[in-house]
Amino acid sequence: MKATILVRPKAGILDPQGAAVEGSLRKLGFAVGTARVGRLVDLEVEAASPEEARAQVERMCAELLANPLIESYEIELEGA
Amino acid sequence: MSLRPRIAVLVFPGSNDDRDACWALGALGADAQAVWHAESELPRDTAAVVLPGGFSYGDYLRCGAIARTAAVMEPVRRFAAEGGPVLGICNGFQILCEAGLLPGVLRRNRELEFVCRDVALRVERVAAPFTSRCEPGQRLTIPVKHGEGCWFADAETVARLEAEDRVVLRYAEDCNGSVADIAGVCNEAGNVMGLMPHPEHAVDPLLGTADGALILASLVDAARERTFAAASV
Repeated sequence: MKATILVRPKAGILDPQGAAVEGSLRKLGFAVGTARVGRLVDLEVEAASPEEARAQVERMCAELLANPLIESYEIELEGA
Repeated sequence: MSLRPRIAVLVFPGSNDDRDACWALGALGADAQAVWHAESELPRDTAAVVLPGGFSYGDYLRCGAIARTAAVMEPVRRFAAEGGPVLGICNGFQILCEAGLLPGVLRRNRELEFVCRDVALRVERVAAPFTSRCEPGQRLTIPVKHGEGCWFADAETVARLEAEDRVVLRYAEDCNGSVADIAGVCNEAGNVMGLMPHPEHAVDPLLGTADGALILASLVDAARERTFAAASV
C-alpha cells in the first residue's frame, strides 16, 4: 500500500526557510501571503488493511519521520 | 592500570570532527578510541563517550535523526543510564536531542546562514563531569561552525531547565537565534551534555583560544575518576 506523509513546521513555530521563500517570491513579483516549507515522504507499506498501514505509518512518524517538538504531519493512504 | 582513561569517540558516516576530538582528548591525557557506528558494544573500560561534530548521514531527514538509529547508540543509551558521562558536540548534540537523551531540538539558524567563528560563552553550571574546571559565570571563547544550531524547546521545558540548573552554557552574544541563548544543556542526572561550540578546536593557544580544554579536561578528570572507582570495586 502506498502512503504519503506530509511533514510541516508546527503552527506557531518560526519557519525561517518559509520566510526566505516568501521574501524571494515577493521579489519576483508574486503577491503571496505566508509561505511555510515542509517535506513529503512517499512510502510503500506492507499491511493487510488500511487501518494497519495507518497504524504503522503513525509509529514511523512518531519515531523517525517527524520531530513532534517542531513538526506536525498528515498521512494519506492510496485508495483508503 | 593505565592512567589514561578510555574515552570512546563515535564515528558515523559523515562525522568529520572525530579525529580532532581524539587528538584533543589524547593531548589532555585520555586514551581516545574511535568507535564505528555499527559496533554493538563500547570498548572495554570505556569511561566516557563523545559524539563528535560533522554531518552524519548527510544531515538527511533532520540533523542527527538517522544517526540516532545506529547500532552503537544502544550501548551508549545503557552507558548513559548507568551514569556514564556522554558529551555531544555540534552534530553530536543534534544526535543526542533526536535520541531523546537531551531536551529540545536544533533547528536551522534564524538567519539561515552558516555561522563559523569564535563566540563568547558564559558558564552557567559548574559541575562534574563537564565543567568542573570552570568558574561560575566564567567567559569562554570557543568556535562554532554550524547551519543548524538554533536550539529550541517550548517555554515550559525552558523554564524547567532553568529551574533545575540544566543550562550549562549560554551564548554571551547573538549567535544563531537559540531560545534563551542556550548553547549547551544537560540531562536531569547531569551526566549527558550537548553543546554547539567545538571545544576540541580550542585546546591549544596556537589556535587562538584554549578555552575548550577546560571542558574536555573536566571530562577527562571525570573519566579518570570513573576508571579508578571501577578498579577499586
